[in-house]
Amino acid sequence: MNLAVQIGALRMQNPVTVASGTFGYGVEYARLLDLNQLGAVTVKGICLGPVRGNPTPRTAEVASGMLNAIGLQGPGVDGFIAKYWPFLKELTVPTIINIWGTTVEEYAEVARRFDALEGVGALELNVSCPNIKEGGAQFGTDCKLLSQVVAACRRATRLPLITKLSPNVVSIAPYARAAEEAGSDALAVTNSYPAMAIDVETRQPKLANVTGGLTGPCIKPIAIKLVWEAAKAVKIPIIGMGGIQDATDAIEFLMAGASAVAVGTANFYEPQTALQVIAGIRSFMERKGIRDVREIVGSVITDR
Amino acid sequence: MLEELVQILANEREVGAYFRLTLLAPEIARRVQPGQFVHIRILPMRDALLRRPFSVFQAAGDNLSILYKVVGKGTAVLSRMQAGDQLGALGPLGHGFTVPKSSGEKPLLVAGGYGMAAMYLLAQRSPRPGVVFVGGRRRVDILCEQEFRALGWDVCATTEDGSYGHRGLVTEPLVTELRRDAKRKRLFACGPTPMLKAVARIADDFDVPAELSMDEHMCCGVGVCLTCVIPVKSADGWEYQRTCTEGPVFDSKEVLWEVPR
Repeated sequence: MNLAVQIGALRMQNPVTVASGTFGYGVEYARLLDLNQLGAVTVKGICLGPVRGNPTPRTAEVASGMLNAIGLQGPGVDGFIAKYWPFLKELTVPTIINIWGTTVEEYAEVARRFDALEGVGALELNVSCPNIKEGGAQFGTDCKLLSQVVAACRRATRLPLITKLSPNVVSIAPYARAAEEAGSDALAVTNSYPAMAIDVETRQPKLANVTGGLTGPCIKPIAIKLVWEAAKAVKIPIIGMGGIQDATDAIEFLMAGASAVAVGTANFYEPQTALQVIAGIRSFMERKGIRDVREIVGSVITDR
Repeated sequence: MLEELVQILANEREVGAYFRLTLLAPEIARRVQPGQFVHIRILPMRDALLRRPFSVFQAAGDNLSILYKVVGKGTAVLSRMQAGDQLGALGPLGHGFTVPKSSGEKPLLVAGGYGMAAMYLLAQRSPRPGVVFVGGRRRVDILCEQEFRALGWDVCATTEDGSYGHRGLVTEPLVTELRRDAKRKRLFACGPTPMLKAVARIADDFDVPAELSMDEHMCCGVGVCLTCVIPVKSADGWEYQRTCTEGPVFDSKEVLWEVPR
């Protein structure tokens, strides 16, 4: 049985990774699960320098999901390399580093820095974070800026580039095509949805940032549709994500057209989810007599 | 830190909105240190997905107990669960209290309401008894006094309405005690944030060390989501640190009570 998939030049031993920002830098979960069983480890977003992040409260639970507005708190490139890379580079599975910047030049500079680092699996361009004032979603909701960011990073590195698209667009197809044409090797679909919740006792928003990004099982059907639309628009592989809790959810993404999937919010409440998803995909394939996981990709039957 | 499916042995009302939950959790019970917490997945909650953090009250053999107050959806569902039901537990988590040494400073514990339960293991494992100052709004908020007395500790209770112990705030008898003699004392505190802030100021005034168990809204409990951060002094001024990982117990001198501008 083959579970391995290819995301550009990045080979994953199985089609399951974790979503950036829900798995720290891997080391935090190393005592709870064997990271080398994953398809890849995807780390929290890194920009050039350290970032303190947003004031608290930063998250709020909502029905079948949560809101977050962390504000990309992180150690910056040098802090990441000093503190987390020694651990990550020893893993047998690849590390996907999520990167961001506030200008096109900054994105390219971060890409260049990681290009010089031995052993990185791929770079994921975060052009879709809804929670920072500059950078993030401003690049993911403007086709021209998106092309510029992807092209600049393409020139800065030979590493596989995965562009993480924003869901907050009228149609995802032109963005998917823009990323592909600018040299992206793959797409990640999708990031969190802009959203808001209010505490009626205090009349205050539940997040200090007022608005945040909605994630968890409540967004899964919307994400499935975006993956399906993006897959029709491009030839490059897609990593699908949004509310995956079990193997059935993951297989839905594969059938919609994703070549791989990422488990996100579920890591926060069931850290074993990604490993359970891998086991569940395997047993689904056994039950259905499927020899290669790639046979599932895009296999949704829309004719009735 | 580990994850296990644990069985409820008992889940009974202590008094008012307070419940005592006893779990069969052998792996976690064996490892837990004073001031650490467990992160509980309340399985019957269908659309509320996140775990809830609870300080450990007592740990003996394979059993672990928690004293909790029904404050919201999660604890309301939890309070209706029964012996034999299962919960998902992740723990022990966090950086706890420093256990006093027999030759060291005399421990003075400052507790707000059920924050007292979170310091039971500290009192139990302390080689020398000390004093617990516990405060609450009313008599029902003063919990587990007998358990501390059974360890040979003095308990000084205050209530805001005067229905039990001294009338007033928990910090008042603490200040009286420190005025009498502040030498070779160490404070440990767990309770609402305004109380912790008052304890930090008192520790400063009397120049005594204090360890505070900070209470913040939490999500993952293991340091990845960055929900539970508080501003803490650092080499370059200040930084956000995680209550679940660097805390919940912090040195009072490190904690900044507001984000610097």
